[in-house]
Amino acid sequence: MEATAANPLVPNIAEIVVGLIAFSLLYIVLRSRVVPMFEKAFTARTEAIEGGIAKAEKAQQEAQAALASYTLQLSDARGEAQVIREEARVQGANIIEELRAKAQEEATRITAAAHASIEAERQQAIASLRHEVGTLATELASKIVGEALDDQVRQSGIVDRFLNDLEQSKK
Amino acid sequence: MHITGHLASGPGFVPPSTTDFKLPSIFGHSDYATKPVVLVFFSVIVISLFFILASRKAAVVPSKLQFAGESIYSFVRKDLGQEIIGAGFLDYVPFLFTLFVFVLVNNLFGIIPLIQFPTMSHVSFPYVLAIFTFVIFHAVGIKRQGLVKYLKGIAFLPGVPKFAYILLTPIEIATYFLIRPVTLSLRLFANMFAGHLLLLVFIGGGNYMLHDTHLFMKILSPFSFGFGIVMTFFEFMVQCLQAYIITLLSALFIAGALVEEH
Repeated sequence: MEATAANPLVPNIAEIVVGLIAFSLLYIVLRSRVVPMFEKAFTARTEAIEGGIAKAEKAQQEAQAALASYTLQLSDARGEAQVIREEARVQGANIIEELRAKAQEEATRITAAAHASIEAERQQAIASLRHEVGTLATELASKIVGEALDDQVRQSGIVDRFLNDLEQSKK
Repeated sequence: MHITGHLASGPGFVPPSTTDFKLPSIFGHSDYATKPVVLVFFSVIVISLFFILASRKAAVVPSKLQFAGESIYSFVRKDLGQEIIGAGFLDYVPFLFTLFVFVLVNNLFGIIPLIQFPTMSHVSFPYVLAIFTFVIFHAVGIKRQGLVKYLKGIAFLPGVPKFAYILLTPIEIATYFLIRPVTLSLRLFANMFAGHLLLLVFIGGGNYMLHDTHLFMKILSPFSFGFGIVMTFFEFMVQCLQAYIITLLSALFIAGALVEEH
């Protein structure tokens, strides 16, 4: 008995039994009560971190989408403004062109009217002049030739003819 | 206590021996009522209570207690489970975790005041742990690869010239079925046994010198006590290290059994 007790490598049956029971007991407790709880905490922590990251990513995506949409709107507005400006320029040019044409037309019309009136006045002046010159010439001629000639001369148109000849020779 | 008993019985200094590990029953004469048996059950209760309290809330933001428990658990989980076993390691974490904390606490009993007895210095307990590791890693290997293929993988190492099997086959079989469990348990046992013996020598020696009639011996006794304290710190390191090593080796054996070819 003493010899076996002195050999430290000889196991004790009671201690083997106790060791098996104690270790199994501890294993069951830790496996069923402790490990799942720690794993739960780890999973929850991972999810919390990943959730936070996902949230931030989502927010960033939203911000980027908003920025893209604003940029698009801005460029649209710029393009629109460009188109409007272009249209306005074209319209302005058209209006100017139109007005110019109109003014030109008006000017032409006025000029033509002026020409016409001048011509008319000239004709009138020529007619009256011719008439006066004729009268004067007739008067002069009657004074020279005698009064009786007056009616006869006018009827034959001698004066007119004379004046026409005069104009012809002038040309 | 038992040391002074020894000293009183003999005339000179009686060095501590293996009989110092044979502790009497606390009550009655049953082998089931000795100090190591009580300590082992005590360790089970202490460890269970601590970790149940620490893990009860499983909060995302841990309390100090939860953090302490988690740190130990995640050390075993990551450094001994994930990094060594790799894929599917989670199945073996409960065993490795139990093994680590069980050995650690029982080792630390060796230097905790009033307890001061490392239960693993009784070889029966390391034997039990080795049996668990032995059964588990062989079971894992057989389950993963099938009995015949697993045994063939052990006996006939692939990629080795045929004539080498004369030498290798007996070595491999001995390694897997004898050397591994024996060294696993004896390493732990011997470290705890020797450590306890060492503390007994210095503290018992100091005690003997203090009670010696010579003044010279009385003066020298603090040195013996002092070295006993130094060795206590050293023992703390060895106790933690041995808990780590037995868990590490168990994880390595399991990892080896999981891999198809050895």
